Amino acid sequence: MQKSLLIDAGKCTSCLQCEMACSLEHTGAFNPARSRIKIFEFNQGARSIPYTCTQCAEAWCLHACPVEAITKNMVTGAMEVNESTCVGCKVCTIACPFGTINYNPDNGKVAKCDLCGGAPKCAEACPTGAITYVDADWTGYDRMRSWAVRTHGEPTSA
Amino acid sequence: MGWQKKVLRVNLTKGTAKAEPLNMEWANEYLGERGLATKYLYENMDPKADPMGPDNVLIFATGPLTGTMSSTSGRYAVVTKGPLTGAIACSNSGGKFGAELKFAGYDFLIVEGKAKKPVYLHIVDDEVQILPADEIWGTTVWNTEAVLKSKHQNPLLKVASIGVAGERGVLYACVVNDLHRAAGRSGVGAVMGSKNLKAVAVHGTKGVKVKDPVRFMKAVKETKALLEKSGGRKELTELGTNAMIDSMQAFGGLPTRNFEAVQFEGTEKVDPAAMLATGPDGHRNLITNKACFGCTIACGRIAHINKKHFTIVNRPEYRTASGGLEYETAYAFGPLVGVDDIDALTFAGFMTNEHGYDPISFGGTLAAAMELFEMGVITEKDTDGVSLRFGNPEALTIMAEKTGKCEGFGKILGLGSRRMCEKYGHPEVAMHVKGQEFAGYDSRALQGMGLGFATSNRGACHLKHDVFAQDMEDQTGKGKPKPCKDSQDRIAMIDSSGLCLFTTAAWGVEEFRQQIDAACEGEWTTERLLQAGERIWNLERIFNLEAGITAKDDTLPKRLLEVPVPTGTAKGHVSDLPTMLPEYYSLRGWSKDGKPTKETLKRLGLEATG
Repeated sequence: MQKSLLIDAGKCTSCLQCEMACSLEHTGAFNPARSRIKIFEFNQGARSIPYTCTQCAEAWCLHACPVEAITKNMVTGAMEVNESTCVGCKVCTIACPFGTINYNPDNGKVAKCDLCGGAPKCAEACPTGAITYVDADWTGYDRMRSWAVRTHGEPTSA
Repeated sequence: MGWQKKVLRVNLTKGTAKAEPLNMEWANEYLGERGLATKYLYENMDPKADPMGPDNVLIFATGPLTGTMSSTSGRYAVVTKGPLTGAIACSNSGGKFGAELKFAGYDFLIVEGKAKKPVYLHIVDDEVQILPADEIWGTTVWNTEAVLKSKHQNPLLKVASIGVAGERGVLYACVVNDLHRAAGRSGVGAVMGSKNLKAVAVHGTKGVKVKDPVRFMKAVKETKALLEKSGGRKELTELGTNAMIDSMQAFGGLPTRNFEAVQFEGTEKVDPAAMLATGPDGHRNLITNKACFGCTIACGRIAHINKKHFTIVNRPEYRTASGGLEYETAYAFGPLVGVDDIDALTFAGFMTNEHGYDPISFGGTLAAAMELFEMGVITEKDTDGVSLRFGNPEALTIMAEKTGKCEGFGKILGLGSRRMCEKYGHPEVAMHVKGQEFAGYDSRALQGMGLGFATSNRGACHLKHDVFAQDMEDQTGKGKPKPCKDSQDRIAMIDSSGLCLFTTAAWGVEEFRQQIDAACEGEWTTERLLQAGERIWNLERIFNLEAGITAKDDTLPKRLLEVPVPTGTAKGHVSDLPTMLPEYYSLRGWSKDGKPTKETLKRLGLEATG
């Protein structure tokens, strides 16, 4: 079973625990500027939305890379950047339609979400359940359920 | 580690910006943030200096845990000499600015001197620019942040700025960061304005490291779990700090109409339930809760005003979401001035954020002006034709805007209650300590809190001591000096760590110790931390003594010492300050005239001062 990150923006408080957990895992420091997941705030903080790579099955970044530095982890399904192969040409950052692979000037390589090898630290750190790591087949289950209730009404208890 | 070990020193007179090493000898004695900034302030200026003059020093200070994964790690403090009080000012804020300053590589930003023309600081890691502020001077906090992000094409900039209130010397102007978080009290924004410094915009990519990441993360995980489980934390998340208004109403400690009463008949119209209720028109005041950097509590409120409300019916620009009511704002714009219109309170709250001034001191000053108006001392001729009767929501919203823009009677309100009431010949009407207005706890009903107000180094302030639990159990002053003194020392330490006081809903000193000890070099024991807290308190005191603030200023307004509480659980009580204060001085190791004795100074390693 593959799992994927599920994001429920309605629960996000914009605390950035996820950004710190991500940067600690990948750089050894608390450094939101180097986080691969980002929180975006709208309307003076009335809405905060986490956003990161969704691990496309046919990944633009992987196909665009001229040195084959990006490969698919067959266990987690994550597209991973091999830093020793990456030459920092940034073609993948142009190819990605979502902007979720980015160049890191500190080391001259690109960085993207790699699902932390199957135990994503962002989900572990999130205090509100806005980011969870769930069965990839059913990422829409809770949302479908809530819409089912909103469309047809919750049954009254007997 | 924890610390970045670097200070950015900007001299606006000379136009210079230089990085220097953090004084680690001092950091080991004073930790960071509030405490370490107090030491820097004391060593870098004459306490007698004019707070609005170029010799005052303005310090933006982070703590060793700021910008780490500890819960609530977004705190920074602005430390300077305050113009409202003439005492040391230490105002603490959350949001994301403090952590960003740390990520740029600096523990502290020290601002000296005064720029010839309005400027702002643009800091991106090692690149520091002092730039002309022509296009933002005279504009709001909200506009300033938007303009700077757009001008520098950097949406990741974090901005701390002043509004017109700070530029024009409203004596309780604050520094606002991230639109609606503020270093709110004692007029630190007025000092920034006096230096012609409009804003500090910062972006950092350097990250923060800790001494022992494995042990640190274990402590972080355990302390976060404690918060998660805590009932106090849950209340803060769900109801915000305004949950306090119902407690104070029930107890009878909610200052109402300039301390005429301690219970307010309109409380249920401005309490958390009112914020959550959907009205017949489908409008609900509260939109969501929001966290500061790193915070797993998220007590912040995001609210909006009913678009048919008189304040905004013709002003679509305020049909926005923004920072909503927290307890002190709800108290100061509600009971204290007798207003029960939640939209009017929310609008006034928007004004304080947008124009940058302290809602507590504004509410306290407006309440005093209302009393003067009811007495007939001032009339509509003085107040730009506005009826300043208690309970008039228009008086609140119009004066909130005038004060923010420093226009008309707003200029008088900008003086604070002490100066305003002296001007009109009725100093007894001003409810303040050392010139600063009260937070929402009546000193006659909450005796220990009252002692804390009287002895706070920055004037009446609820955030420097916590005798709340003891006060709720017993309405007398008996046994209060000890928990007052102990909590002052404990909180001085917490305020110096980079974390938020509200974590004490679940944490004791041990929880702070675990995180500080894993993050910072050296061995940090509970004793060492608490002694640092006591040292900080005493150094603040020494600063004040040298500034001319003495034992005679450790007092409360006559009304709290002589007029009994009319209702509630403490009915009939006045403040027991006269009996508590000598015991407090003795516990502190101070002389009868409130000065640290030689032995006390020696015990705390403060021999060179005092």
